[in-house]
Amino acid sequence: MFDNFPLWPARASTAAGNVDALFIFLLIVSGLMTLLILTALVYFAARYRHRRGVLAEQIEGSIPLELTWTTIPLFVFLVIFVWGAVVYFKSRTPPRDSTEVYVVAKQWMWKLEHAEGQREINELHVPVGRDVKLIMTSQDVIHSFYVPAFRMKQDVLPGRYTVAWFRAIKPGTYHLFCAEYCGTQHSGMIGSIVVMEPAQFEAWMSGGTTGPLSASGEKIFAELGCVTCHRTDTQGRGPNLQGVFGKPVLLEDGRTVTADENYIRESILDPGAKVVNGFKPVMPTFQGLVSEEQLNALVAYVKSLSQPGTAGTSAAAATPQNDSNAAGSQVQ
Amino acid sequence: MSMATVTVQPVERENYLNKEYGVGSWLFTTDHKRIALLYLMSITFFFFIGGFFALLIRLELLTPVGDLVQADTYNKLFTMHGMVMVFFFLIPSIPAVLGNFLVPMMIGAKDLAFPRINLLSWYLYIIGGIMMLHCMLTGGVDTGWTFYTPFSTAFTNTKIVEAGLAIFVAGFSSILTGLNFVVTIHRMRAPGMTWSRLPLFIWAHYATSIIQILGTPVIAITIVLVAVERTLHLGIFDPRLGGDPLLFQHLFWFYSHPAVYIMILPSMGVVTEIIACFARKRIFGYSFVAFSSIAIAVFGFLVWAHHMFVAGISVYAALVFSLLSYAVAVPSAVKVFNWTATLYKGSIHYDAPMLYAFGFIGLFTMGGLTGLFLAALGIDVHVTDTYFVIAHFHYIMVGGALMGYLGGLHFWWPKISGRLYPESLARLAALIVFLGFNLTFFPQFILGYLGMPRRYFQYPQEFQVLNVLSTAGATVLGVGYLLPMLYFLWSMRYGKPAPDNPWNAAGLEWMTSSPPTTFNFEKEPVVTWEAYNYDELDAPHKEEVPVVR
Repeated sequence: MFDNFPLWPARASTAAGNVDALFIFLLIVSGLMTLLILTALVYFAARYRHRRGVLAEQIEGSIPLELTWTTIPLFVFLVIFVWGAVVYFKSRTPPRDSTEVYVVAKQWMWKLEHAEGQREINELHVPVGRDVKLIMTSQDVIHSFYVPAFRMKQDVLPGRYTVAWFRAIKPGTYHLFCAEYCGTQHSGMIGSIVVMEPAQFEAWMSGGTTGPLSASGEKIFAELGCVTCHRTDTQGRGPNLQGVFGKPVLLEDGRTVTADENYIRESILDPGAKVVNGFKPVMPTFQGLVSEEQLNALVAYVKSLSQPGTAGTSAAAATPQNDSNAAGSQVQ
Repeated sequence: MSMATVTVQPVERENYLNKEYGVGSWLFTTDHKRIALLYLMSITFFFFIGGFFALLIRLELLTPVGDLVQADTYNKLFTMHGMVMVFFFLIPSIPAVLGNFLVPMMIGAKDLAFPRINLLSWYLYIIGGIMMLHCMLTGGVDTGWTFYTPFSTAFTNTKIVEAGLAIFVAGFSSILTGLNFVVTIHRMRAPGMTWSRLPLFIWAHYATSIIQILGTPVIAITIVLVAVERTLHLGIFDPRLGGDPLLFQHLFWFYSHPAVYIMILPSMGVVTEIIACFARKRIFGYSFVAFSSIAIAVFGFLVWAHHMFVAGISVYAALVFSLLSYAVAVPSAVKVFNWTATLYKGSIHYDAPMLYAFGFIGLFTMGGLTGLFLAALGIDVHVTDTYFVIAHFHYIMVGGALMGYLGGLHFWWPKISGRLYPESLARLAALIVFLGFNLTFFPQFILGYLGMPRRYFQYPQEFQVLNVLSTAGATVLGVGYLLPMLYFLWSMRYGKPAPDNPWNAAGLEWMTSSPPTTFNFEKEPVVTWEAYNYDELDAPHKEEVPVVR
């Protein structure tokens, strides 16, 4: 029963070491503070124990002391704050060229799809030493993707994408927990992250697949007729999507947004929300017509149009369309 | 200090307890002291209900698999535990009981500014409480006390609206109490009771009242919005209806974070009074302790989104809220240092209230320091929504707020009941509570860092040892809480009659009889001394301090 009693979680990602280092620093700082207060309490309690005939000495206070114990903690707190912020920023900023995995959470299971097309449920296989970016959304309520061994957690929301990333450093099988309460089987919404040596992982990946996610996306793009308006030239009723992803987009109302996963998603489900400058809001909504998985595939496809060496090789040629529109509107 | 024995009085003096008898004299009373007792009985009732839920939770978690109750039942248990403890015990605890009893007396007033509103606030609490009981008995709620959307508005089929309305009604009771205190403290102070002579208990309650008045309406309106979305399907929080689930979290925590200060500030006030009395000293750095209460109340409103660092808010927002969270930690630290410094060159006694105060300082310090971990963005990502958070806020809300409440109850019990409680039993209970508490909640810090998420009905095998320790601690803690209730009840009938000032404590409340008369003072006191004038009280050849009856 008690054969398995760890006191420190496994450290299996690059982030884990950073978090642990700060955690240990905080343990030391708070340990020292506790020791200081405890020593003072115990010492005073013993030394100034009531004795008959000995009166307490009334002391009003001391401004220098008050300033000392206001500014020293404040300074220590600022150090912790800055360190914590640095660790957080690293953990929130997925490196470029990360491998992408799309995650769809639902009561009470995790559905994962690699950009290469492999699908998994409640289990994610990843190689050691590669940056993996998770693009996550929920089909129903809020969930949270939590891998203690990676010190990584991100809430997964319905209606939008949230993003997280990690880089595993140690092969093994690690817990995947849902950390945001989501109903009856919340504690059953668990799974595992299987970290493999790259060679093993390649072997695993070469197993059955229906082709890359972007290819499925391209198929859906054609089936839904998107392709009739979003043409690869400048004549379409909708913007040309070649090379759009990751770039700033000037909108009809003068704002500029970055074309990230959430923007693509929103433009499919609520096309009228952010209309590209120079275009009319003629696109119908696809809310309810595409599943979360199809949506992911579409996003993956649009993204692939901006990657060199893929379908969207004419990215350089395509961007001017947006740019010329942008320039035009600025002149007006 | 040993409590002085008193000569038994042949005829009991008239006081607020024996002035009138009968149920009606209690249910229609406008005496702040009687209302305090009504609150005491009601919140004790809810405390034991919430405690019963906690016991079932701990028993279920004894084993990794779900065996004692169903998953849905477990989810309802932790939800109802949280709702009952937060809204029906902790928030009213010190303000509505000790504050109600003491605020007028400490400032030399006959009653609160609005005695009838005071009674109304108790009735609202009771109506809210009955609604909550009805909700629990007819199925309960399973969202967690946090009501996160869209789970609460569109997915659960439990009694969200009913529970929400219960909290809504009880919230008004809290607002009215706060309002009453603010007006009372401003308008009803006895001649000579200047702001700088106020006991720090009053400062703490003043700060608390501000939060109650400004924060509670926000949770009230949030509950209404949840009810509207749930019943009328108006899109506010549910993204499928065009709403934003994060908006709910912002609104919820805008109240629910400051609510923690509603619980802890009064407790800090209590501990300050106790430390001054049992160290026989004025409080070190009076004005710093006073203003730190106000600073906590103000900064407390600016840190809510530190509950949302992984919820999907922008990294820059997270940065700001992390920084502000450290700002609120400073005044808390200032208080701890000043309490400790007060002991220096004191003449320290170790009666039960002081043991609770020591316990408070220790546990609050640990709770506060682990708050620094959670406010650190990088660490919060790992430990938020795990048992680390559970342990942290129980150290603050149970180790802090509840220890202070129990300490205060012991300290003022002779004044409230006119009877003495059995001192050695009380010291034993304080020790049991302290040990039981640490055994229950310390293992949860480790569980949290290991990664055990909160609100888990089942858990992986490797978390079991720590969970067993925690459950063992909970049973000890349960005994520690039952004991005071039993000997307080016992003392009401069999306890020795209390002298007017058994601790030889400073403060106007100790210059009345025990128990006080209905209007507290026979004639309005005139204050010519600072708070905590222990030098005068302990002076070897002091003149008799005039007793104002």
